[in-house]
Parts: sequence; C-alpha cells; structure tokens
Amino acid sequence: MIDLTPFILSFKLAFIVTIILLVVSIPYAYFLSNTKSKIKPFLEAITALPIVLPPSVLGFYLLIILSPNFFIGKIFYDLFDIKLVFSFEGLVVASCIYSFPFMVQPIQNGFESIPKSIIEASYVSGKGKLTTLFKVILPNMKSFLLTAIVITFAHTIGEFGVVLMVGGSIPGKTEVASVAIYDYVEMLDYKKAHIYSAIMLIISFVVLFIVYYINHKNKRRFNDFY
Amino acid sequence: MIFIDIKKKLYTSEGEILLNAKINIKKGEFVSIRGKSGSGKTTLLRIIAGLEKSEGEIKVFDEIWQDKKTFLPPQKRSVGFVFQDYALFPNMNVLENLLYVNNDKNFALELLEMVGLINLKDRYPHTLSGGQKQRIALIRAIIKKPKILLLDEPFSALDSKMREKLQNDLKLIHKKFNLTTIMVSHLPSEIYKLSDKVIHIENGNIVNISSPLNELLNTKSSEKFTIEGEIIDIINADILNVAIIDIGNKLVEVVISDYEKDNLKVGERVIVSAKAFNLNISKG
Repeated sequence: MIDLTPFILSFKLAFIVTIILLVVSIPYAYFLSNTKSKIKPFLEAITALPIVLPPSVLGFYLLIILSPNFFIGKIFYDLFDIKLVFSFEGLVVASCIYSFPFMVQPIQNGFESIPKSIIEASYVSGKGKLTTLFKVILPNMKSFLLTAIVITFAHTIGEFGVVLMVGGSIPGKTEVASVAIYDYVEMLDYKKAHIYSAIMLIISFVVLFIVYYINHKNKRRFNDFY
Repeated sequence: MIFIDIKKKLYTSEGEILLNAKINIKKGEFVSIRGKSGSGKTTLLRIIAGLEKSEGEIKVFDEIWQDKKTFLPPQKRSVGFVFQDYALFPNMNVLENLLYVNNDKNFALELLEMVGLINLKDRYPHTLSGGQKQRIALIRAIIKKPKILLLDEPFSALDSKMREKLQNDLKLIHKKFNLTTIMVSHLPSEIYKLSDKVIHIENGNIVNISSPLNELLNTKSSEKFTIEGEIIDIINADILNVAIIDIGNKLVEVVISDYEKDNLKVGERVIVSAKAFNLNISKG
C-alpha cells in the first residue's frame, strides 16, 4: 500500500490557502482594478513577484522573516505560540505569499472585464457598492473566479522549493506530495517516486481540464455582454 | 421644475473644452440634446445622473441633488438611465433584471405586457435581439418610477424599423407616466418625433434651445430645401461628373462640375440643396 499522508497534507494545505487567498484577494483585486493611484504599478509589481522569483530566493527570505528571531515570526511565537518555520502553519503562511498572484491576477482581470455601464446601471437603480459587487459584478465573472480558485489550488499543490525551504520535510507535518517525491528520488526508491509522480500528473491534468471545460461552456453565455 | 447649471472641464480628442450648461426643464417635458460627438452631450447626462462630478447646481422639483455643499450619489437620485449598450445584467433573466431594480412583480409584468415582451420574461439577455434588449432596458429604467428618465443615444445601434418601434414605445411610456425625459440623440427624425424642446450643444456650450421645428428646419433663406449626406464616390462619366451621395442610407446621384469635382472628396459631409430646378451640392 502506498502512504497517502503526503497527498492529504498537500490537499489540506491547498484547501486552506485557497480559502484564505480568496477572501483576501477579492477586496484587494477590487481595489487594484478601480484605483487610479500612482502606487498601483508598485502594488502590482509586488503582487507578481512570486511568479518571477526563484522559489529558493522567496523561500530563503520567508525562512528568515518567519523565524522566531525576526519580529514577524516572533510576534506569532509570543502571541499565539505558533512557530512559523518547519511547521504546517508556516507552510500556510508561505504558500499564501507564494500563490498570491495566482489568485489576485485572474480576479483583477475579472473585475476589469465587467463593462462599466452594468455597474453604473446598478448604481442608478439605487443599489450600493456592496450589493452591486455581490449581485452584479461577482456573478458575472464566475469563470475568472473559477480560474483563480483552481489555479491557486493546483499551484499550491505543485509548489516545491518554498515548501522545502520553509517547512523542511517532516513526515506527517510538512512533507507534502511534491517534497515526498524528491525524498524518494534521493533514496533511489524510483517505484514510489513513479507512483507519486503519476498521481500528481493525473490530478493536475484533471483539474486543469475541468477548469478549461467549464470556462469553455460558460464563455458562450457570458461572452456576450451585449 | 428642474434647474441645471453646471460647469465641467472635458478632455476631448480635440483638446480641453469647458462644458457649460444652464437649463430649465418643466415637469413632463421631453427634451432632446443634440450636437457633434465630443461636444459634451453624454457627459451632461451623466452629470445629471450623478455618475460624474461637476461644479454647479442641480435642483429637481425643490430637491437639491447637487450644489456647493451637497452631492447626491447616483443611488440617491431618482433617475432612470438607458445606456447605449443596453447594460442589462447578464446573470439575470429578463424578469430578474426588472425586479432587481424594483421588486414589484405586478408592475414588472404590466410593463413587459406593454412593450409586448411578456413571453420573454424567463429568457437571459444573451438570447435576445438588440431591439428586445433595449426595450427591456427602457422599462427597467422606469420601473422605479424615476423623476427623470435619461437616455443616451438609446436607439442608434438598431435598424430603422426597430428604431421606429422603440420610439413609439418610448412615446407611449413618456405620455403614460408623464415622465420628464432627457434624451441624447443625433437623429433629426427621432428628435422631431419625440421632443418638446431641443438643446443644441457645440464644444460644451449650449448654442440653441428651441422647438424641434425651429432647430431642425434651420435652412438658409435662399434655399428651397437642404439635405445632409456623405459622398460615397465620384464618377467621371464621359463629359459628366457624378457624385454618389449617401442620404439617410439611400444613394443619390448628383451631377457636379469639374470645379466641384476637384474640391470635393469621397467621405466628406455635404449639403444637397435645391433652389429652383437644379440640385446643387456644397460642403457641409
């Protein structure tokens, strides 16, 4: 029997990270898509950094920032008794930062795809910004939300470098599937590495296929705003 | 009485202009705004709706919508707005689009009946034709019984037959609910048919406020009649030069002289006028 603990850990991590990022990214992306402020490009660049930074660089900085020797890590350790390095909680924080752009960017694109006139039509109808957001804007960018959620989820499952740097590879705690594969290859256990890799490959493909399939179907309906 | 006195700087393709409009409108009046594109017509409409800020005052039946101290957001202004691109909510069906604005099902059904679209109430916007969408947008704009109905070139994307049907619907609605209506339009026939008063804006300034008759039949005294058109082609047929002119989507041939041929270009707007027997054309 193969040990599924690393997969369960991966999915648990991805699930928590996706929910946190969804809640954070909707207001943030809404702000980005509406602001005319000069700091917008600065914020966008910061947001996109995890896409271009080598995971080892990001992981290295996070390791330092999250360690109890640094004030952020210290606050968490002193106040909540949570150690953010070599722990599952640390993986959640690191993954949230690592996967942030994958959630923000599609949602920002979604906000920008909504014609101004339907938002204004809602305002003129007497509806406030919050009602307009939940009743008009978000329902009309479902395909963007779905893309953001699934890509973030899949990307969190697929991450390796940052997780290894910040979490190490503690079985049952921080040894997620991608790290487990690396460990098996190092131990020259190619059989298990093969099985784990194949499972990852299949999951990734199925997830992506579902997204593209649903978006393809949705497009026909929502493409045509007018 | 509606009193509007506003100023706003506009950045147009032809540089910076100052929109400066002072208008009085009576209750139940149908007012059209005409003028070249970029003259500030749409902006004026958006300012009345509260979708854009401006300096000055807007007072609607003794309620201050805007002055030095106050600025009511669009939500607090009792307006209906019909957008050029319909702006129906794609995630809601026809009935839901109406009920989102005012949750009064009986009135929604009555309005749908009135414009003859009751059997489409469960359809989604993307399955409707342009004319159907704009009729829904029209009744969606009035379902809250607004104090002012604003229309921004509402029928310009429709073909002439559908346009006529919608103009009739609008006229019906305007009469039935005694709605004070302000419409931006560039179609003289539409303006003539619907409005009591025409406001002509050029470069941000009101150049004329008068009845449709005076505004639209503004011909020069020596000409018997004039029509505007666009030169589609200039053909040299043996000894004659013929200009093909598009007048209201109908093509007309006009014989022109060599001199005129050299001075006119394809694509130019021209005025076709007749004095006694011959048709003359000159640059519009």
